[in-house]
Amino acid sequence: MLDFEPFYLTFKLVTVTTVILFFIGVPLACLLAFSRSRFIVILEALVGLPIVLPPSVLGFYLLLAFSPENAFGKFLEHHFDIRLVFTFPGLVIASVIYSIPFMVQPIQSGFRMVPQSLREASYMLGKSKLTTLIKVVLPNMKSSLITGCILSFAHTIGEFGVVLMVGGNIPRETRVVSIAIFDEVEAMNYNHATIYSTILLVFSFLVLVSVYLVNQRAHKVHYLS
Amino acid sequence: MIAIDIEKKLHGANGELNLQCKTQIHTGELVTLYGPSGSGKTTILRMIAGLSRPDHGYIEADNHAWFNSQNKINLKPQLRNIGMVFQEHSLFPNMTVRGNLEFALENSQPKKIIDDLLELTELEQLQHKKSSLLSGGQKQRVALARAMVRKPNLLLLDEPFSALDFEMQSKLQDYILKVHQHYNLTTILVSHDIVEVIKMSKRVLVIEDGRIKKDGLPADVLPLDNLRSILNHLQKI
Repeated sequence: MLDFEPFYLTFKLVTVTTVILFFIGVPLACLLAFSRSRFIVILEALVGLPIVLPPSVLGFYLLLAFSPENAFGKFLEHHFDIRLVFTFPGLVIASVIYSIPFMVQPIQSGFRMVPQSLREASYMLGKSKLTTLIKVVLPNMKSSLITGCILSFAHTIGEFGVVLMVGGNIPRETRVVSIAIFDEVEAMNYNHATIYSTILLVFSFLVLVSVYLVNQRAHKVHYLS
Repeated sequence: MIAIDIEKKLHGANGELNLQCKTQIHTGELVTLYGPSGSGKTTILRMIAGLSRPDHGYIEADNHAWFNSQNKINLKPQLRNIGMVFQEHSLFPNMTVRGNLEFALENSQPKKIIDDLLELTELEQLQHKKSSLLSGGQKQRVALARAMVRKPNLLLLDEPFSALDFEMQSKLQDYILKVHQHYNLTTILVSHDIVEVIKMSKRVLVIEDGRIKKDGLPADVLPLDNLRSILNHLQKI
């Protein structure tokens, strides 16, 4: 009997991760797009690191950080009674870090594409920077926001190395689809592995089609204006 | 009255430019800043608006300091209550024509002014259209109406007609004169079009290489040769 629990767990993980990433990603992308500090490149490099690093490296460092044997993990367990290794919350934090460039980079370029004159026009109408951001800038870069969300969503579905390092393979807690596939292959259950893989393949394809569809529509609107 | 005495160093395509501007503009006056591109006209306007910061000097409006480098005063653009129309279209594409005007309303301001302005600029028919679907001339008319929503005392126009054809320019110039008189505004218009300067203003500041070279009536300060060519141009039309 095929266990659908990993799908539920994966869906829960990517949804929570994407929502958290959206609220972190918008201010971070805003800072990266508009800061004039020379040192902003350091932050930009840090945000981009997960694209370059093998997931196992990232997972390894997070495992060390979260471990109750080490300072940060010990601090969390001692003061807040929280353990992040091999738990769902730990998986969420790891996923947020792992997928952060996929949320931040499209939004960052979205911020740069909104003409400066729109922001200045809003300031001249007496509106604060926050009102301008919420009512003028963000609504005019919707396609970047949607692209950021879809890419983060899709990228989090596809993670394996980080999840395995930080979450392990605990049913109903950290056993997401990608881990389940690996597990089934190891157990020679190719049938199950095929079903899991096919569902993931079709889903990923649909996600990408929707990204390109959003961008195509955005270009058309842009062309009209 | 607006009193200005400002300096700013600019790094442009033609090298360094030391921009200096000292003048007074009286309430209800329509003044044109005329000069070749790159002479610093737009920067002067942006410094008055608060979008660009002068290096030294002061800007005062009715004895109220907007900028003063000695006292370290630099009022935000939001607090200067200035209406501004930009060279490029700056309408918010996510809003309708009416939405653009309503966005400009202050918290407790009655909405009646929106209808008045839509009527004055003859935009009632277009008010529910998305601003991205309008023509260039219509867009600038909306931008003008939007700039007037907060009832500013000062209107700044940064070459608002440069992307329009002659007929459109002429129409929009009429709207601006109408709005200027109707609301008893102080208006500063940046332009490099001599025909426009003659039509729009009684006082011209001729800006060259970052300095005010001449200040006076268009007929007195604009080159006569140019005037002749304009007359020829107008006769042809």
